[in-house]
Order: sequence, then C-alpha cells, then structure tokens
Amino acid sequence: MSVLVSSKINGDDIEFVCEPDETLLDALRDRVGLTGVKEGCGTGDCGACSITLDGALVCSCLVLGAEAEGRKIETVEGMADGDKLHPLQQKFLEHAALQCGICTPGFLVASKTLLEKNPDPTEEEVRYALAGNLCRCTGYDKIVRAVLDAAKQMRKTAKKGKTNG
Amino acid sequence: MGKDTTFKARNFNSVGTRPLRPDGIDKVTGRARYGADFSMPGQLQGCILRSPHAHASIKSIDTSKAEKLKGVKAVVTRKDFITKDADPALLTVLDNCMAGKTAFYDGHAVAAVAAIDAKTAKKALQLIKVEYKVLKHVTDVDEAIKPKAPLIDKKCFTSGVDPKPSKASNIAARSEFGHGDVDKGFEKADVIIERNYKTGQSHQGYIEPHACVASYSPDGTADMWVCTQGHFDFRAQCAGILGMDASKLRVTSSEIGGGFGGKTHLWIEPVTLALSRKANRPVKLVMTRDEVFRASGPTSATSIDVKMGVTKDGTITAAEAELRYTSGPYAGSWARLGAMTAFACYDLDHVKTVGLEVLVNRPKTTAYRAPSAPMAAFAVESMVDELAEHIGMSAVDLRIKNAAKEGTRASYGPVYGPIGIGPTLEAAKNHPHMKVKLGKNQSRGMACGFWFNFGGQSCTDLNIGPDGSATITVGTIDVGGARASLALVVAEELGIPYERVKAVIADTGSLGHNDMTDGSRGTFASSLSAIDSCRMAIAELRNRAAQIWEIDADDVIWENGEAKAISKGAAGNSNREPLSLANLAQSAHKTGGPISGHSQIVADGAGVSFATHICDVEVDKETGQTSIVRYTVIQDAGKAVHPTYVEGQFQGGAAQGIGWALNEEYIYGDDGRLQNPGFLDYRIPVCSDLPMIDTQILEIPNPNHPYGVRGVGETSIVPPLAAIGNAISNAIGVRMTQVPMSPPRILAALNQE
Ligand code: FES
Ligand code: FES
Repeated sequence: MSVLVSSKINGDDIEFVCEPDETLLDALRDRVGLTGVKEGCGTGDCGACSITLDGALVCSCLVLGAEAEGRKIETVEGMADGDKLHPLQQKFLEHAALQCGICTPGFLVASKTLLEKNPDPTEEEVRYALAGNLCRCTGYDKIVRAVLDAAKQMRKTAKKGKTNG
Repeated sequence: MGKDTTFKARNFNSVGTRPLRPDGIDKVTGRARYGADFSMPGQLQGCILRSPHAHASIKSIDTSKAEKLKGVKAVVTRKDFITKDADPALLTVLDNCMAGKTAFYDGHAVAAVAAIDAKTAKKALQLIKVEYKVLKHVTDVDEAIKPKAPLIDKKCFTSGVDPKPSKASNIAARSEFGHGDVDKGFEKADVIIERNYKTGQSHQGYIEPHACVASYSPDGTADMWVCTQGHFDFRAQCAGILGMDASKLRVTSSEIGGGFGGKTHLWIEPVTLALSRKANRPVKLVMTRDEVFRASGPTSATSIDVKMGVTKDGTITAAEAELRYTSGPYAGSWARLGAMTAFACYDLDHVKTVGLEVLVNRPKTTAYRAPSAPMAAFAVESMVDELAEHIGMSAVDLRIKNAAKEGTRASYGPVYGPIGIGPTLEAAKNHPHMKVKLGKNQSRGMACGFWFNFGGQSCTDLNIGPDGSATITVGTIDVGGARASLALVVAEELGIPYERVKAVIADTGSLGHNDMTDGSRGTFASSLSAIDSCRMAIAELRNRAAQIWEIDADDVIWENGEAKAISKGAAGNSNREPLSLANLAQSAHKTGGPISGHSQIVADGAGVSFATHICDVEVDKETGQTSIVRYTVIQDAGKAVHPTYVEGQFQGGAAQGIGWALNEEYIYGDDGRLQNPGFLDYRIPVCSDLPMIDTQILEIPNPNHPYGVRGVGETSIVPPLAAIGNAISNAIGVRMTQVPMSPPRILAALNQE
C-alpha cells in the first residue's frame, strides 16, 4: 500500500517509499533522513518545516509525501555550496539571528525564497514575508537585520557578477 | 584550595568580544540534532493517551485490546511505575507524567503505547478503554479559594500557616515577606490606591516539542537522548521513578529548541523509559503541539491585590500585596517568588507581601523565565504609574526617587550590594527613546523589573590537548550561546585565542552532577566553575614550567598564555624564554602527563539584576488592536561575556513579554477543556507584529564573580506586561488591570468609560 516517490531533492535524484497519508515532512525526516526540516506544530502554523516545492515556499507538514512525485524539493540542507555557506546562512551567524536554532532552517528557506523574488526588500517586506515563521527566542530583531544584510551582500555580488561577466 | 570568586577590575582580551558561536554552522545547515532528530536502530514509536476531562477519577483502564493489536509491543499505565517507598516529591512528578487514581486536567496522561510505527501506536490508543467518573472541576484562581470550591486534593492543608489548618483547601502554600509596619506606613501617605490585577496563563511556547529516545537494556542499564534544560536532574528523577540507580542511566542532552523553564520538568521521559523497559526495545516519543499546550509547561494564572501609599512629594510610604498564583493540581509552584520580587525594585520602610499557591484543574505550573515575577511586576508597576499620575509626578522620577540602592533592605529580606535599578532608570530617563515625538493614538509607558538569578551546582573539566588547544567540558546545557560564552571565558583565563577553545556539553556519565540551566545560572555558574578549572590547570602549567626550568613554581607566573619566570631574589630567572601553552602541552608527556583542571562548586552570590523597559504603543480605538511602535530594553548584565547574545536575551524576553501582554492566554471552556491548544489560537508574536527592539547593556559588576558576571536570561520578561499596560492605559485614558490586553478587553475598558 506504500507509494514509491521519485523527486529531485537538493539537486539529487532521490526515491523514497512512504504511506499514502504520510506528510512530506515525515517522509523527508524519517525516510530521506533530512532532519534539518523541523516540526514545530504539524498544522501549518509555525513554519519550522518550510521547504520549497518547485520553487514555491510550502509548509512540508501540509503536503503529502506522495505529492512530491516528479517535483523539485529544496531544504536547508541544500543551501550551502559545499563548505561555502549561502550568504543568508553566513549573515544569520554573524548577526546571531539564532539562539536555540530550531526555527532557523525554516527562516533560512523562507528568506531565500523572499530574496529570489525581491532582492531589495524593505524591513516591512521582510517582516511580512517571514510572518509565517515563528521564533520564540530572538524577538526577530536580529533575524530581520541578518536578512536585510544578506540581501545587500547578494545584490553587491550580483552586480559584480554582471560587470565581470 | 580556597576559591577566590571576588570581582577584580581588569582589561579583557576575549570576554566582551563577539565571535561567531561554535555550534552555529551546524545550526544553519540543518546538521544540529535536536530532540526529535535522534533515532536508534530498532526503535519503536511511543504515544500517550490523555484524559479528555478536567477532573475525573479513573475507575478502570482496560488495555487488553490494545495489547493484542498487531505491532503493539508495550502498553503502560501507572501500575508499571514504582509507587512503594518512593520519595513523595518524586511521586508528584510521576503523577503528573502518568495519572494515578485521578486525572487532574484536560491532557493528563493516563496510558501509553509503544508500537512498530506511529500509526499503529495511535490505533492502539483508541483501543484502550478508560472508565472515568467525572468530578467537579475548577480552573479559576479566585474560584478555587472559595470555601465551596471542588477540592483538588483532600489532603491539602496549607503549608506555611501556623498552626497547620485543620481543614483541607485548594491553597497549597502561603508565604509572607516584608518588614516594617504597613499600617503605620499608610498613615503617612497622602494618596493610597488599592486594586486587583489579573494575568492569564501563558505558555513558554518553545518551538521544539518535547522529544526523547530511551533504550532500556535487559541488564538494567539505560540510555536516554532528550531535549532538556537539565539532563542530570532528568537522570536523577527518571532513575528514581523507574527504581534504578542513577549511575545506570546515562542521559545525553540533545540540542534544545527553546525551553525558557518549560524543559526543566519531566513529562514524557519516564514514560518512554518504562515503555522501553517493557518492550525491550528503544522507544522514541515526541509530543504533538496539542500535547505541548495541554500537558506541558504553562505558567500561573494570577489574581493580585495591591495597596500602595505615597506622599505628595513622591515618597512611597507603604506597600502591600496578596498574590494568588495557580499551581495546577500539585503544590510546588512559585507564588513565593512573586511575593519576593513584587516590590524588589524599591526602597521601602514598610512592606508586606503574601503569596498563595492555589491548586486548580490546569496542567502543572512550570517555570517560565523569571517564574512568577512578570505578573507581580504587572500589578506593582501599573500601580506605581497610577500613583505618579495622582501626585502629578513623572513616572520615571517617582521610580528614581524610590529606587532601591546599595544598602537597601530588599522587600524579600537581604541587603543589596551594588545594584542596577537606579542606573537603568537614569539611563531610561536620558535615553533618546524618551524624546521621540509620539504620533496620533500613540502613547508611551515604562516599567521596571527584578530577578534574583540563581547559582547552584556546577562541575567542569578543562583539558589541554597535546597541541595546546583546550576543551572545556560542562554539564549545563546551552540554550542559546552558552558554549560561545564559556569558550570566551576559558580563552580569557588561559590567554589563548577563542578559536583554540572547544566547549563541550558532557552526558551524565562523564561529569559530576550539574544543576539545570535555569534561573539565568548557565553562564554565571558554569563560567565560575570554568574559571576555577582553568586556574587549576594554570597552577599545573606553572609547575611544569618550573620543572623544566628547575626553579621554584612560585617564581613562575602565567601571563598572556605563557609561563614566565620572574626574578624573585634568585637572579637570572627572567632571562628565560617564556614557555607557551603549546610548548608545555607538547612536552607534557615528559613532565608528568596530560594537563587538566577540574572544578566542582556550589556557586553562591549570583548577582541580582534589574531592568527598565520603555515602550511606545499605538491603539486603534475602533478595534481595540494595539501595535508596538518602539521598544527599548535597558538592563544590568554585570559583565556581558558575549554582548550579542546578551542583547539577544534582552530582545527575546521582551518579545515573550509582549506576547503575554497582548495576546497569549490559556482559554478554558465551561467543561474545563483547553480551547486553544495550538499556535493558531494561542498566538505568539510573529515578525510583523514587532518593531526592532533596542537594547542598552549596563555593566555593574557582580562583586561575587571574578569577571563581574550576573545572570542575564530572565529579567527581560519581567517589565513588558506593565510597560505595555502603562502605555495602553496612557493611550486610552483607562487603567488596564488584566493581561492579556487583547482587543476585546481594550474595547470593554473603553466602553466602561
Ligand atoms: S511544522 Fe509545519 S508549520 Fe509547523
Ligand atoms: S532561535 Fe529559538 S525559536 Fe528561533
């Protein structure tokens, strides 16, 4: 009765087996071993389980594992390029945008999606874009600063890339 | 060896800098392992059956059908735990983890199952038949103390009352603090105000639900992997409940996804162990969010009567309060801490507080960041503002005039050493925030807060590697930056770069007992112990250098990471080339073996800490909606070891306080069931609800720590309820007396006007 699912996860072709009613969150954590995807609520209210599915930000606890068939998934584990951290990861560290860090994977994925759509967000745009992710430790101050700073750096790099190329 | 913990002024090299945290990369890449991220081969899934009733006696539990379900490997109920000869305090802990004859609240555990997968375990829960006899319940604190209220515990005779009462009641404990004669004090007052204040029950709201994996082996030893604020205490209590030797249970703390006090108590851990013992397999158990709200955590709901008197020129002549805190169904909450902290900010001749711990049919009250202090501060700081208004004095000046100072006898007893309430108030008065012009419908409020900070037992090892790098092994878990702080302290003490120090959190098999990371003690107590370990290692390093140089160890000093010979009479010593830590480590095999230091302490003298918060709000009088426009935290940190993480603690506490002040509250139906056990209806602040939170760190050294460190983690949640209450009251012109100040309450207050 289990289903076999093939999808591209963080750039790799992965096959996994899951129950038809199993959430993608559980499948990623328990079947694929991607425990960087966190469960804070299981009801779509906390954003700790944020991933992208074909580029769209979703709560993986609200998606079925079976729905991942043939689709592209990105999780926090796929953000760094080898030992080179993504600018968001680096800025989260520099700004101490994490205390306990349980919300961090979700925030990173959500912020990355935001910056792909809007490379130059205002503070308010960042706050609204991240309003689906709960953090109980930081009061969000340092998270918002980290995202704004990463956006700035990514714009700089993009510009350099253009003039160089 | 006597331990010198007195503060000595010095210049710091490492302490006070802001390096990246050592556990950071793991946490931004998803590699860090939290409670639910650990698994063991062959592990089963555990699930808990919970009472749907607020108060019911359990007539019988029939587990036979569940046991027969394919894939079920164990079912446990209360009878699977020891009850004979157990320490009564442990029995209370157990009773909360697994109900005995009575289910005391909606969500109280009554049975548990371990099965091959979660689906099977859940199915098995439905097959367990529990016969309940529903009893009358009470959830409100003031209802519970009425003579006719349903009794939660027939054997509850208020403690702290002499003579012991002959009649049982829901008041589990009474505590009293103060000095002087309040009646005399009130006679001198020109204005006296009396009011009742209420605060709702809030939850710590950590994003990571409780999770653990337990593996009980047939040889009677066990391993546990768990998210906790104190794995040593978890070991002691679990072992006690399971009737095993503590040394046979090894507990490893996972990374922890927030705790704020909520992970200082046992919930699922003894149950998971019992399931594993019965099934003979490792068992993993993770709470759902619904369970987290219904069965773990919350703080007390309160009802607080305050009376204060002030002269026209602004001297508070007397202050009195009775503070009633819900405790859940068991004694042992912290009403007394409310009674102790209520007036701790002020220098009062006549003061009296009474704290009452009240049993109700709600989950057992748990520590939540400065437990019991925010509610007391809400009541008192709201009234201080009102007094100021009555005598036409500014709120900040009235506070400055009455602030406690060095030498003041605290309302809870001791005489203060150097403290920061005055300085935080002066800093608030001069803060640019105070001068920002307010917009339409905007108003400003302020409030102060106090927290003791705890010390307690800590035990650390310092090991110098053969290459001269250092490992500091501690037994206090890291809730958000402690490893960075401890590595800084070791770097400072040894005189080596921060990057050469690794801080490790040991499991319970590797180090002596360490108390919980609570009471803001983590950095204070463990740094004290780490410094002590370093100093022991340094003494040994000096010995080794003396041995190499063939001089007296007294002629060797340790400076900037090197042993140096000094000429004390004996000429020529100081010509010797200093020996670095790396030199000494490399030659250790020839001079007596590995170099290490060890320390075990009971840290005394945690420095009390004070804060003043300023808050600007905008209230929409049509909807009753409040938004926080500007927020500033000013707090005394003693010495800020890692200022960025100190700021983070200030901001995080403020944000939790803001949520509590405006929104967060347990809502019970008439049936005594919790109606909002989820993040959708128990709404904690999200990113778009908050502004940047400005911080100012004051550093008034704690005289009882070599670097002057105080605790910093908790005080920041104390002032926000009152600061926001004062701001809202100023905005709408009506005094708010009940938290949370949700839109319906603000509208009701406006309508009353
Ligand atoms: S776990 Fe998916 S939103 Fe909380
Ligand atoms: S850092 Fe702990 S929840 Fe965000």
